Amino acid sequence: MSSRFVRTLRTPAGITVIAGVVIVLLATVFGPVLFGEAASARDIAGRQQGASLEHPFGTDELGRDLLARVIVATRISVLLTLGATGISVVGGVIVGIVAAVLPSFARRLVNALIDILLSFPWLLLALFFSVIWGTTATGAMLAVGFAGIPVFGRLVSTLASSVAGSDFVHAARILGSSPLRTAVRHVVPNILPPLLVNTASHASVTLLSFAALSFLGLGVQAPEYDWGRLLNEGARRIYVDPMAAIGPGIAIVLTGVVFSLLGALFSEKRSGRTLRALPRRSRAETRAIFTVPDTAPVVEAVDLRVSFRAEDGGVVERVHGVSLSVAPGEIVGIVGESGSGKSVTAMAIAGLLGPDSLVESDTLVFRGIDMTREPTSVEKRRLALEQAMIFQDPLSSLNPSLTVGRQLREVSEIHGRTGRAAALARAVEALTLVRIPDAARRLGQLPHEFSGGMRQRAMIAMGLMGSPRLIIADEPTTALDVTVQRQVLRALRDAQRSTGAAILLISHDIALVSGFCDRVIVMRHGRVVEELAADRLDEARHPYTRGLIACVPDMGTDRDEPLPVIDAGEPVPEQKEIVA
Amino acid sequence: MTIPPAPAPSPTSVLASPTPVTPASGDRGDRLRQLVGSPRLAFVIRRLARAVVSLVIVLIASFFLVHLVPGDPVRAALGPTVSPEAVEALRRELGLDLPLGQQFLDYLRGLVTGDLGVSVTSQRPVGATLAERLPTTLLLAVVSFVVAALGAFPIGVATAVSSRSGRHRAADLGVSGLLGVLIAVPNFLLAVLLISVFSVGLQAFPPAGWGQPSQVVLPVIALAIGPLAYLSRIVHVEMLRVLEEPYLTTARSKRLPGRILYVRHALPNIVAATLTAGGVVLVGLVAGTVLIETVFVIPGIGSTIVSSITAKDYPLIQGVVLVYAILVLAANLLIDLALAALDPRSAIAEA
Amino acid sequence: MSELEFRQVSVRYGHGRSAHLAVDSADLVVRGGTTHGLVGESGSGKSTMARIAVGLTPVSGGSILLDGVDITDRAKEARLARRRVQMVFQDPFSALDPRMPIGASIAEGLLATGRSYSRLDREARVHALLDRVQIDPSRAGESPSAFSGGQRQRITIARALAAEPAVLIADEITSALDVSVQGVVLNLLRDLQQELDLTMLFISHNLAVVRYVSDEVSVMRAGRIVEHGETSTVLAHPTDPYTRELLRSVPVMGEPLELEDA
Repeated sequence: MSSRFVRTLRTPAGITVIAGVVIVLLATVFGPVLFGEAASARDIAGRQQGASLEHPFGTDELGRDLLARVIVATRISVLLTLGATGISVVGGVIVGIVAAVLPSFARRLVNALIDILLSFPWLLLALFFSVIWGTTATGAMLAVGFAGIPVFGRLVSTLASSVAGSDFVHAARILGSSPLRTAVRHVVPNILPPLLVNTASHASVTLLSFAALSFLGLGVQAPEYDWGRLLNEGARRIYVDPMAAIGPGIAIVLTGVVFSLLGALFSEKRSGRTLRALPRRSRAETRAIFTVPDTAPVVEAVDLRVSFRAEDGGVVERVHGVSLSVAPGEIVGIVGESGSGKSVTAMAIAGLLGPDSLVESDTLVFRGIDMTREPTSVEKRRLALEQAMIFQDPLSSLNPSLTVGRQLREVSEIHGRTGRAAALARAVEALTLVRIPDAARRLGQLPHEFSGGMRQRAMIAMGLMGSPRLIIADEPTTALDVTVQRQVLRALRDAQRSTGAAILLISHDIALVSGFCDRVIVMRHGRVVEELAADRLDEARHPYTRGLIACVPDMGTDRDEPLPVIDAGEPVPEQKEIVA
Repeated sequence: MTIPPAPAPSPTSVLASPTPVTPASGDRGDRLRQLVGSPRLAFVIRRLARAVVSLVIVLIASFFLVHLVPGDPVRAALGPTVSPEAVEALRRELGLDLPLGQQFLDYLRGLVTGDLGVSVTSQRPVGATLAERLPTTLLLAVVSFVVAALGAFPIGVATAVSSRSGRHRAADLGVSGLLGVLIAVPNFLLAVLLISVFSVGLQAFPPAGWGQPSQVVLPVIALAIGPLAYLSRIVHVEMLRVLEEPYLTTARSKRLPGRILYVRHALPNIVAATLTAGGVVLVGLVAGTVLIETVFVIPGIGSTIVSSITAKDYPLIQGVVLVYAILVLAANLLIDLALAALDPRSAIAEA
Repeated sequence: MSELEFRQVSVRYGHGRSAHLAVDSADLVVRGGTTHGLVGESGSGKSTMARIAVGLTPVSGGSILLDGVDITDRAKEARLARRRVQMVFQDPFSALDPRMPIGASIAEGLLATGRSYSRLDREARVHALLDRVQIDPSRAGESPSAFSGGQRQRITIARALAAEPAVLIADEITSALDVSVQGVVLNLLRDLQQELDLTMLFISHNLAVVRYVSDEVSVMRAGRIVEHGETSTVLAHPTDPYTRELLRSVPVMGEPLELEDA
């Protein structure tokens, strides 16, 4: 972690932030010493001057140099900011800890109070407190500091409760670790880094808050001055010299940015970089195929390669030359462990990989449609009607905001050019086919009113709204219980029988695939290892396939023997290339 | 490696979580939900209850404001040169010589009858001053909010869609940087900049005052730009999140046209988060009027609160603080009600 | 060899009308030195059984006895006895403190023994345990992020073993792992059970896995134990309709799935 932090510091952003911090620190420590004289030297003849080489920010009504005053004001601005941030953090930590150790009723009360305080903007809280403590620098510091306590109180209690709810804290508790030990060894180390990040970012907010209060005349009072006060004085004579106001403004904004960048730098989470789109390429000449004979394969892929943009900006190939074909009405299973490239292959066949992917192949055709190109509008319509998808997570594969009926009707209405009533009738039919009772009423419901198994069956029904030739099911039952798995598979098979569509079933469960499919394709590390008929698994020749079959205990495994273990195998060279 | 469920370490995310859920509230919610039958109704009832509790706290806080001032507030208000008799007279006039319970009852009675006391400096009834100035502040805040909200959606959606496609990288970075700067620049500074450019430099808009439409432009821009940028970023982030959701892949597999994909399938799913952030923005806008009114010399309650604090005019302070707090509570409640009405799956209640 | 007995335990979540019985008067005996499988679907209450045994969730009724001592009450004896019941969690990623070196995590297990260790003893013990779960002991100073899911799960097993438990509870410990890794973890657990004569409660939704490791099995549904007995008997002659449905639903290698209604 520390080496990573050092690496972060060496990036251009890191160096910029460090430079900014050093400048602010220097101005805070040495500013009043070096520029104090220039900042207080009056020059009645040269008062209220505009910006010039001699006085870049101009002079004030007593002829004092404003640039020098801005530099001198750094100390008081920064110190008050740090003081107020300190009050917020310390107060927030105390409130958060007190809230964490209180019995549940009192904890609820404190949390409710924090909620209510959080609903008020800091400025109102700060104004309230500054009524009490008066319009002085100290009063403003207390006001801004106290106004920030709810923010940190909430942060600490959220962080602490998230750590306290994790399994490693449970494990410590089971092992007999005292609450104090658990707090010191587990909770504090895990909430400190995010707290630090937020402290730096909060300092930036505090600085602006302070400037605002002083700007309103409620903070630092004459003859003392901070940036907010200088801005206030500058704003009054903005007609004469805009720099008098802009100068302190620049100081405020830049310092604020330095603080918040410091927070971002502490943060270990790398900001999501924007990915550059990768082009889709087809190495084959695109041949126009106008008629698709019913005996031709539904899917034909030759030497399919899929690459993704990696974090370091390079490109990593995840599928290395897969060839496969699916005949009409055939049920094909792709089996593999995580990282085998089975889902990526399926998504490439469906043409649904995101813009950060690169699909290359000699051939990648779905019923005459070249899936490596952007489809034409006619092709889009055919894809919508002829391909159906079912994904792993039933909770998120249906849109939570739209009724199930609307999501089913959509394909028919948009691509099938069916009227609403006809589409509705068809949806009822489809839902009934996947054995969801009371279909008409169910169509009016939102997905969260469906159970997980029903949602997957609704996804299957959605595929039935067109005239599917291929149903791609990517781990459709992994998230479900076995008895529910059976219902979903039954619906899938019913759908296949009633439409004659082919099925491409992706799964990690070789027993499941062997029991459901006609043919099994075994994948590992982005390559096809072996391909064989589902009823001939015992004839598997590749050691990985044999290992995969043997290592999973089934209802007939010998309980007295250890499970065979798959040899980790030769390390797979990750193919990397840097795309300019 | 951070703990997975920890909130994102950014100040905005901390501020943007006004509806954190305590572990216990789920349990309470269950019971309430059972009682009233609908999760939506249960949510509304809970939020109304919270608003009432907040109001009570606000009333108590604004009443005790004067009593919390260290030393003698009356002496502080009048300054050290005034005679003890005058101090005593004002104390009696403000009712500060009465027992505390009596004072509080009088205060509540005054609130009910609309009598908020008399300003020490202007000798005018506080209620009348507020009634005269509140519409200005409300107009400023509402117009700015509408500008921010209407601007944020198209900007946020467009930048999200563009940045996901990854085809216009330079433009995306530029827009995102610009939004970042607009969020970072405080509104009072922006106001000063706007005046120096558009009033002093171009002489396009008046630098101060209120009444003519041209005088509204600069204050609204100054007040709305930061929230607009902030909301745009929220919409952008939420949109990017939703665009990666499996249900959007489902929608893409149906080869739906972009319009339907984004408007029908994506937008409804960012409503809840955006509204919640919108609440923070709206409340921030209300508070921001204090600064903007001061810069542009607008006769609203924002400039009143500053001058009254400086003058230690406690009856007036009490009144303005109360009105501001109620505005904030009203804004929060409004957002909550909008959430209940718009959030399609009542995820609010599940939370 | 210790025996763990759940006697008429119930766990109720919520109050009043919204109350929900997660566990409903369940009886279960894990005999000393044997592995008892607990199988059920999500929401059946099987994980709650694990949590009440180690004291993470309080019971609403009934008692849990470890060698005849009730470990559900708050007395000191009960607390000390409870430490002899240890647990391995489902998610190997959240079960280890991301900021604590794995050696220190395992050393935490020594707390439960109640003995004090010198630094050298502690290190030696941690090394021996890492070696036992086939992780290079020289990596004790590394943080969990340097290890794969299967390795992490073995580390959490080592932590539980450091506590010298009388009873080990394994809650869905392979469901987050790839099948090839699952085999390694199951083999390790079997070896350890035989070697240390551990009493083990093995909880899983996967009937085939439960069958492979368990001497006896209980089937749980909606908070109730619907069937229990010797593994071979229960699976060969299930009496409860739910057990039968469960058995029918499990895919068998090379055999077409039975998808029609019974």
